[in-house]
Amino acid sequence: MRRLVTDTLVIAERNLVRLPRSPDLLLAFTVQPIMFVLLFVYVFGGAISTPGYSYVDFLIPGIIVQNIAFGGFVTALGLNEDLHKGLIDRFRSLPMARPAVLAGRTLADVVTNSLSVCVLVVTGLIIGFNFHASAGEILAGFGILLLFGYAFSWVFALLGLLVSSPESANSLGFIAVFPLTFISSAFVPVDSMPAALQWFADINPFTIVVDAMRALWLGAPAGNSIWGAVVWSLAILVVFAPLAVARYRKTAALR
Amino acid sequence: MPSAAASPPTQDEATIRVRGVVKHYGEVRALDGVDLEATAGTVLGLLGPNGAGKTTAVRVMTTLLKPDAGEIHVAGLDAVRQAAELRERIGLAGQYAAVDENLTGAENLTMVGRLYGMPRAVAKTRAQELLARFDLTDAGSRPARGYSGGMRRRLDLAAALVARPPVLFLDEPTTGLDPRARLAMWETIEGLVADGTTVLLTTQYLDEADRLADRIAVIDRGKVIADGTSDELKDRVGGERLEIHLSDGAQASAVGAALAPMAAEAPFSEDGVVKLSVKQRSGAIVEAVRRLDEAGVGVDDIGLKRPTLDDVFLTLTGHAAEERTDDDDDDREGRR
Repeated sequence: MRRLVTDTLVIAERNLVRLPRSPDLLLAFTVQPIMFVLLFVYVFGGAISTPGYSYVDFLIPGIIVQNIAFGGFVTALGLNEDLHKGLIDRFRSLPMARPAVLAGRTLADVVTNSLSVCVLVVTGLIIGFNFHASAGEILAGFGILLLFGYAFSWVFALLGLLVSSPESANSLGFIAVFPLTFISSAFVPVDSMPAALQWFADINPFTIVVDAMRALWLGAPAGNSIWGAVVWSLAILVVFAPLAVARYRKTAALR
Repeated sequence: MPSAAASPPTQDEATIRVRGVVKHYGEVRALDGVDLEATAGTVLGLLGPNGAGKTTAVRVMTTLLKPDAGEIHVAGLDAVRQAAELRERIGLAGQYAAVDENLTGAENLTMVGRLYGMPRAVAKTRAQELLARFDLTDAGSRPARGYSGGMRRRLDLAAALVARPPVLFLDEPTTGLDPRARLAMWETIEGLVADGTTVLLTTQYLDEADRLADRIAVIDRGKVIADGTSDELKDRVGGERLEIHLSDGAQASAVGAALAPMAAEAPFSEDGVVKLSVKQRSGAIVEAVRRLDEAGVGVDDIGLKRPTLDDVFLTLTGHAAEERTDDDDDDREGRR
């Protein structure tokens, strides 16, 4: 167990020290989310009606959840690259804890996700976003975001180990994540959608997590969303983490 | 916590023993009953063309793949049942130079050391030792992305040596290196063996196996088709040959007649060069020169040549060692 913790930290450190050295990655974590916030608020904002909220207030929790779902892409791409470069072979030949390569990756994602969330919140505050919440509720919101992002990183870990190239990880990931985030309450109120989409949006975990964020940060009615968000996150984690680790144990280098 | 020095090494520990190992990938039999053996402190060369099964053999011996059948013992440990313990005793360096390009040389080695369970300070010290030994001290603080092919390969080998493993697996350690880097790698490997490390080396280069390996196992289509020392393998192809370069190629048939009494078999001639197996090595050159002189045959050069491993491979497999097969399969082998 101690070995698992230290090995995980070593791998997490490995994935974080590279950040300052790859400007393109840093841009992906900072400039890209800012750009999306500005585009949504100033391009679509005027056309989307969000009764009870200004569009900035409505959007910020939604776009942060979307952003955090994409945060795990780094894990999918990174693991796939490690497979191609033979690093996974090296790790698997070492006497290290088996899940540590994945656990370290996903742990590093928590750090980069925190960075992205802070950048987005600050951007929001600058363009008019307001918390309607206590300090405790704000912190609880951060907690749910990071938990959900962590669970999603394991989905991406499995994806990165299954696909044959970073390109296919990219396209598969986008095909899966884009509809999930868009057919949710993240960007528009669900009741503005056609009935079939509304049905999907209502059961979509993204809607539940976004609603939980709005309940915590804006004082919107919570319903079952807060514990729903926690349960969904834990369920994703419990299903995908063992699948990813099992896959890792059997995986072989791609060349 | 498991440590790299769990028990003192014994004579049996630094050995590789593989018996009847089979590994399938779907329909493909990548390993079809492979037997291998390496005694402590020696180099076993696994020689074969692309797709022969060399990489798969290394992968089962280093616990990366489970064999479908057969027994594998490395350093006295069972590679299937004692995989976790075995990983503390082996080092693996491969043709794909598995280093993290975003980390510096020192960071790469420190990471590997820590994953072997070393405390950070110990891992850092070990990293510096290895950087110095592999002539990478200056490059050690730069990201590996900027390294040359030879530097990367040295860093990869250094990573395999972090825990001072008694058994080292080198999968085509010089593939893709320029001649100078290749020679340097050979010298490094020779140094390791001199220090008592047991090495299993795969290669598709005959000269590499000839130079480095104490014993060579020739592998083709998942089977070991011959094994022994370089000399033993050469002997299997036949003894030494007299090679005569003629001044006048037209005299080739005269050579056959003149040397018939000393020939073990009919001579082979091509482009003014006659090759001929002799019954007896000692005195063969003197006798041949005398006979040719008496027959009035002009000779530019004459010598006794041992068969090369190229000849060995051609004789054993019916195809050349470095010929590429259509189903190029070290690729396929690599996938699951």
